[in-house]
Amino acid sequence: MSDGSHWMHRVSPGATLRWTVLFIGGLIMITPLLYMFSSSLKPGADIYDLRLIPARATLDNYRAVLSDGRFMRWFLNSTFIATCVTLSTLFFDSLVGYTLAKFRFRGRQLVFIAILSTLMIPTEMLVIPWYLLSAQLGWIDSYWGIMFPGMMTGFGTFLMKQFFETVPDDFLEAARIDGLSEFAIWWRVAMPLVTPALSALAIFAFLGNWTAFFWPLIVTTSQELYTLPIGLSSFAVEAAIKWEMIMTGAALATIPTLIVFLVLQRYIVRGVMLAGLKG
Amino acid sequence: MARIQISDLIKRYGKAEVIHGIDLDIADGEFVVLVGPSGCGKSTTLRMIAGLEDISGGTIRIGDRVVNDMPPKNRNIAMVFQNYAIYPHLSLRKNIGFGLHTSPLSAAEKDRKVDEVAALLGLTPYLDRRPAALSGGQRQRVAIGRAMVRDPQAFLFDEPLSNLDAQLRAQMRIEIKELHNRLGTTIVYVTHDQVEAMTMADRIVVMKDGHILQTGTPMEIYDRPQDVFTARFIGTPSMNIFRASEGADGFAPDPAGTALIGIRPQELRVAADGPTSLTAAGPVTVVETLGPETLVHFRPEGMDDALIATAPAHDIPHVGAQVTARAAPGALHLFDPKTEVALGRR
Ligand SMILES: Nc1ncnc2c1ncn2[C@@H]1O[C@H](COP(=O)(O)OP(=O)(O)O)[C@@H](O)[C@H]1O
Ligand SMILES: [Mg+2]
Repeated sequence: MSDGSHWMHRVSPGATLRWTVLFIGGLIMITPLLYMFSSSLKPGADIYDLRLIPARATLDNYRAVLSDGRFMRWFLNSTFIATCVTLSTLFFDSLVGYTLAKFRFRGRQLVFIAILSTLMIPTEMLVIPWYLLSAQLGWIDSYWGIMFPGMMTGFGTFLMKQFFETVPDDFLEAARIDGLSEFAIWWRVAMPLVTPALSALAIFAFLGNWTAFFWPLIVTTSQELYTLPIGLSSFAVEAAIKWEMIMTGAALATIPTLIVFLVLQRYIVRGVMLAGLKG
Repeated sequence: MARIQISDLIKRYGKAEVIHGIDLDIADGEFVVLVGPSGCGKSTTLRMIAGLEDISGGTIRIGDRVVNDMPPKNRNIAMVFQNYAIYPHLSLRKNIGFGLHTSPLSAAEKDRKVDEVAALLGLTPYLDRRPAALSGGQRQRVAIGRAMVRDPQAFLFDEPLSNLDAQLRAQMRIEIKELHNRLGTTIVYVTHDQVEAMTMADRIVVMKDGHILQTGTPMEIYDRPQDVFTARFIGTPSMNIFRASEGADGFAPDPAGTALIGIRPQELRVAADGPTSLTAAGPVTVVETLGPETLVHFRPEGMDDALIATAPAHDIPHVGAQVTARAAPGALHLFDPKTEVALGRR
């Protein structure tokens, strides 16, 4: 590799082009994010100074946002809601996915198609029935009202079904002969074998709920129940739009998603390794 | 330990009947091998004994209880699968311990049992490791260990050696056989490999298309196959089966002959003399030197398929050379040309 001509030979024009395109793509993706961080470091007066590197950097915005009780409240709301919904999704989607993948029963195909068909209806269309349902049952302006639509998802069920189908029946039958209950077979044998899928689903579910905007906006009325995206956007409708506050709040809001991703990503890799060893 | 009695066992998947009423009585402590080509219903039969498949008709008794509607865990049988069914996320100790899931023993006693079984199978050094680093043979040993810890009434094996290479397969055959000698537990073993059946079984059950064709000790089946299928299926290389006609000095191959006869390659000798019940001659097409002896493929005039005969190790004919092979009286198998049922030996 120390040989210069050898090195030259390895980088073909095609590869250079590919890397350039990818680099530009990456730059386009990351610029708004950098801009967000940069703005969060600018004093309010400089916010329309569009330089990427702040002329005067300060942590005042962070101090202000973190000491604002409302922000912490919204942050905790979002954390609570996204965590509950993610756990519920993981549990129910994998339970139903497993049942559809590993049991033969009358109407199985019908159930599966019904679940799949929910994937084709956009949220915007579902919001009205959700709202009517919530109004009927008194769920408006409650945590449960925000959470219930996401407690189980068609997409997750489909994903888990596909993964459970790759688990050899031998694994389950051996446990059945050893006397495990059907629930224990699912929980102790099948679930550990699909950790990559569970991790991926957890990331999707958490991100989706953390950033959810439309439904929480509609179903909540009191500030105490706002999730972070709703709360941050409410900064924008106050007397003067405080961009530096919104940017700072948004910057802080990315932290949990990064943590979830970094933690679960390991399991995806490890899970793939585990799955590869059965032969 | 238990006797397993199967009578008039039927299995249907929807409208398709795949097991057509089989009867089998397996004695306490017997090692029975179900053998037959892929798709003949061996696994289905075994899985019905285990309770993993519902029974469409007939009865299965284990010990003195009818188990038709008993869930697998209550049958006190253990099963070893082709894919080992070892859980990659658990240590070997936990994997083997799965077999004791329903056992009333205390945790310490369970540990002691696992240790005991692991020692027996040479797995002690790996007990606290995950299965990732194990070889195929060791994995199958773990699966056997998991079956053994329970002291089941019977072991069921479904093609447990199919994923192993030839050398390991030969070694594991012996290990399983030794295990049976030591434990004395009833074993029902499924395989499509007739070598496994011949080498391991107390009794072989030959299956085809959901029927039992023949049951008997390995030598009974080898010496007296009841039809052409079994004759071809058991023994390597396969028995030569061909049309022949009878003349003054015994049979000779004849595509238009009225007799259907079989002769094992080991009993059709090249350049042999003495009393003769069959003579066949033709040009050599292929020679396979095995070491102790040589297999000679030759094609008698007018025949589509070559016959296989045996020549002494160091007397190897050339391809293309004309050879004559003979069989001694008593070596021939006669079959009915229409029904392919055995008519006796000559
Ligand atoms: N779940 C099933 N549904 C329908 N047919 C099946 C099913 N399982 C097995 N069969 C059929 O039953 C027959 C016997 O299968 P099996 O017992 O697995 O054969 P073997 O183990 O001897 O190879 C085959 O023809 C197979 O196609
Ligand atoms: Mg099979």
